[in-house]
This record gives sequence, structure tokens and C-alpha cells, in this order.
Amino acid sequence: MSAVLPRPPVLPGPLEWLRTNLFSNLPNAILTVVALYLLWKFVPPFVNWAFIDAIWQAPSSKPCRDAAGASACWAFITEKHRFILFGTYPYEEHWRPGASTLLFFALYAVSAMRRFWAPRLALVWLVGLALIGILMWGGVFGLRYVENERWGGLVLTLILATFGIAFAFPLSILLALGRRSEMPAVRSVCVVYIELIRGVPLISLLFMASVMMPLFLPSGMTVDKLLRAQIALIMFAAAYLAEVVRGGLQAIPRGQYEAAEALGLSFAKRTALIILPQALKISIPPLVNTFIGLFKDTSLVVIIGLFDLLLALKTALNEPAWIGFGAEAYLFASLVYFIFCYAMSQYSQMLERDLARGPTVGALKDT
Amino acid sequence: MTENAARPAPQETMIEILGVSKWFGDFQALKNISLRVGKGEKIVVCGPSGSGKSTMIRLINRLERHESGRIMVDGIEVADDVKAIEAIRREVGMVFQSFNLFPHLTVLENLVLAPFWVRKTPKWEAEAIARQLLARVRIPEQADKYPGQLSGGQQQRVAIARALAMRPKVMLFDEPTSALDPEMIKEVLDVMVELAEEGMTMVVVTHEMGFARTVADNIVFMDQGEIVETGTPKEFFAAPKTDRAKLFLSQILGH
Repeated sequence: MSAVLPRPPVLPGPLEWLRTNLFSNLPNAILTVVALYLLWKFVPPFVNWAFIDAIWQAPSSKPCRDAAGASACWAFITEKHRFILFGTYPYEEHWRPGASTLLFFALYAVSAMRRFWAPRLALVWLVGLALIGILMWGGVFGLRYVENERWGGLVLTLILATFGIAFAFPLSILLALGRRSEMPAVRSVCVVYIELIRGVPLISLLFMASVMMPLFLPSGMTVDKLLRAQIALIMFAAAYLAEVVRGGLQAIPRGQYEAAEALGLSFAKRTALIILPQALKISIPPLVNTFIGLFKDTSLVVIIGLFDLLLALKTALNEPAWIGFGAEAYLFASLVYFIFCYAMSQYSQMLERDLARGPTVGALKDT
Repeated sequence: MTENAARPAPQETMIEILGVSKWFGDFQALKNISLRVGKGEKIVVCGPSGSGKSTMIRLINRLERHESGRIMVDGIEVADDVKAIEAIRREVGMVFQSFNLFPHLTVLENLVLAPFWVRKTPKWEAEAIARQLLARVRIPEQADKYPGQLSGGQQQRVAIARALAMRPKVMLFDEPTSALDPEMIKEVLDVMVELAEEGMTMVVVTHEMGFARTVADNIVFMDQGEIVETGTPKEFFAAPKTDRAKLFLSQILGH
């Protein structure tokens, strides 16, 4: 019998912590000093510019010009926020895209909660999206009709991203399953689709959607610009997502397929009940990675003249009074994108922790 | 196969394998196999590794596809027809060497899944049956755990219960104890012996000769894709007819 030793102290004092973490050896100590110097050099001036000396509100750009770059001109954002958020949507109707944005947030919040994951959720989305459609287009219930050429700003970004993910994700699952199909025709169609779309920049897809698609449509038939861009985004994202999903499918041991088959489950049920839940769970990090990419890629629709958040900002910047406040404008845009992407990232990590119920190592180690 | 007159031949045929061959690429895994399993009969299949015994039982529920010959299970031919295959799989339970429980579902959900989705048993009824089965394999308290939280022996007993939840007419066991630590083998074999005593038709691929001796009506010895010898345990262990069987028995019982 060996003597039971007390466990060594886990938490050292602050000085000890400094020594082990920041000054453990000479290179480490040098790096620490350099990092501290850089922080001291850049952080306080930025805080001064962005917060302490910043001009938050001003009737015109004059005070900002007078400050000559020493203070951030958030007044630009304050002044122009309606245009940035709602684009060219008729000014007196701004409450409609505003309400639509809030509706989107509500839909995201409800869908994020696992206890609402049920077929009924699809119904909630249908109702929510119908409401958003009514609000945005109008033409009924005494709302003025607003053609979607005039939609813009944040709500347009949300529309493109939400529909993009909502349609691309199911499509990608079908593509991934198709690529693993034993039927050669199905498999080749999926492979060609994925490789073709993945091998082309999104910008060129958007151009094709806006310039070439009308050429192929029968004369007299038009698909509006927003829908065309949306289709291009969905097609593009689906190709990427399909490969992510396929990666997840490949990680599922053969025994899982066999056990499901041996129980008499049909292909559809095997896939829906056994394979996909496991495959999608392990694919969460790369899936969210692609979702985040798609969200930011929506900003590329500017090149075909859709008025999303970024183009609205740019246009606001073109106003003679506010020319030259690009730093503030793009910082603001970055902040907005960051909030959405960071929320997705945090949510996915929460979901992963939540789904990692019980150690599954034992069940998988056999393969 | 008709030479074993030692036991009364079972009246009804459950599984009939007739002149079946199977190739993997150019390799012929099974060579003109024929075997009849009567209702309630317990067959133990043994033989050296690579002899085709797993392949043979995997043909019965179409986890592998045979290239020639015929297989009938409870009157239905095992062929390409998906509906027929699913009908056979409903009646044939299978237990794998590597358990293959569904790790994302609880033990109870593992048991309820197939009866609910395939047999359309109401959920409450499927759950009641599942709990009975878990009690029968002596792990009722594990119902709400996930497979990854159980020991190997417990997982394999859940796997047996999962197969039984479909009320199968036949149970196939593909080396059910080979992946287990020695101290867990007995708890799984005990469950299988009980099942045999209740009259289940069983085809078991195993190296557990003690189990074969006590449970099997007939032992099928396979080597190099052929059924070399068939006989009652008494005949097979006391006086194997072929040299290959003698060699195999000396290797497996010698240590």
C-alpha cells in the first residue's frame, strides 16, 4: 500500500501565475513585454477616438470636420441610421421593415430553443414569413404597396440570409445523400452540381443570375432581381453545405446503417432517425462555419445593385456632407455583421454542449 | 444435412438456404451452401475466422446479397424486392458483435424506435414492452441512460432486447460475445440461454463451445466458405467426422 499523497495546490498565487504564464523563460518574457507595449500604444488612443472623444450626435457633419479625425464621428450613424437600416424603403413606411426585422429576431429566438423543435415550428415560420411578406410588400389591409426594388438595408440582409440557409440546408442534405447514392444517375447529377457550383466564385454566380438568367427565360417572363440573387445564394450555399453534410455522413460507422437495416427500417427512416441526427450533430462546427460565411456573403449582392446593409452604408457615405467618414461606417457595418455571426457561433457551441449527452465513446469505439 | 436423425426433425421450416454462393470481388466467400433451420431450432455456426460464417447469417436478413442459390425465410424469398426484404427484417432480429446501439438515443428509445416506426405499435405500448424486455435482460434501471454510459455486457444485453422488441420469429447472433471482456461474457450468454429455453429460433455464430453444447440442436461447422460438417453437439464434440473439424476443435478447446 502506498501512502496517499495530498494533491498539490491547484491555484498558485498571482505572482506565481505571472511567473508561470507570462515570464516562464526569456522569449516568453520578451513576448509579454512587446505585447504589453503594443497594447499600451494602440488601445488607449483607440478608446479615446472611439468612445471618450467621440461625437455621438450632431445636426451636421461640421463638428466632426472640426475635430479633424481626432474623434470618431458616430453622428454619421445616428443621422443616417434610418437609411442604413431600411435603405430606399419609403421613409414614412419604415416601421414596416422595422417590424419585419423584429419578427425575424423573434423567429430566430423561438427556433433556437430546443423545446420548440417540433413540426409545429415549420408552421410558425410559415406564418412569420407570410406576415413579413405582407408587411414588406403591402398592398393589402390598407398598407401601401412597396415593390421589392425599394427594399433594402438590414432587413434585406436578413431576408437573403434566412431564406438562403432555410432552403440551402435541406437541399444540401439531399445533395449529400445523392452523392452517396448507389444509383449512378443520381450520384453523377449531385457530383456535377456540387463540383460545378463550388468551382465558381459567388460573384460570377450572382452576375449570371442577374444577367444571364433573363436570357434563358421565355420572353415576357421575368424573375425579379431579388429572387434571382436569392436563388444564386441558395445554390451556392447548398453546394458547400452538401460537402459538409457528406463529411458527417461518412463519419457514421457502418454498424449503425446495418443495425437500422436489420430492424426493418426503410431507407427514409434509417436516414431520418438514425443517420442524419448523428451526422448533423458532428457536423455542427463546419455547418455553422458555412452559415456564417453565407451570412457575410449576402453583402456581395451589392454588385448586382441590391440595396443591402453595406450598399446602404456606401450610399450614405456618398452624400457630400458625410464623405470621408468611411472608418466609422465600416466599423459600424463590421459590428453589425459581427453581432450576428458571433451569436451564431455562440449558439452552435451551446448546442454542441447540449447535444453531447453522455459519453458516446463506448458506443463508437468498436469500429 | 438430413443425416442428423438423433433429434426429431422440426416440423416447420423457418429458414431454408439452398445452394447459395457469394463472392466478394473475385473471392468466393460462400460455396454452394445449403442449410435448413426448423421452427424453434437452435443452430450454432462455428469455424475458423474467414470461413464465411458471418457472411452466411448476414445473407438471411439481406445485409449481404447472394449471387446464386435461393434463401427463404418464413416463406418469403430473400431477393431484390425491397418490400420483401423489409418484411423479412421485421421477423428476423439481429445482434452484432459490436452492439451497434444508436448512441444518440437513450436505451429506452433504442428499444422503442423500431416497434413504433416499423410495426406502428403505439408509443405507450412499445415503452411498456421495452421496459419488460429490459427487466428480462436484467437492466431495467438503465432505461434512461445513453448507450455510451453502459458497460459492454450491458450494451449487448440492450442490443438483444432491442432486437426482441420487434417480436421476431428468428434471432441471428453474429459473434455476440467476441467484443466483450471475459467477465461480461456470462451475463450475455445467460440471456441467450434463457431465450433458447423459451423456444426462439436462433442462429448463432460463436466460439463459445460451452454455449453450443448446452443450447444447440445442431452445430454447423464451416471452413473456407463451405459447410463441412453438421451434427448434434454430442456427435460433433465427441466424434467429429472430418479432419478439419478435429483440427478446429483441438485448437479451440486445447487451451
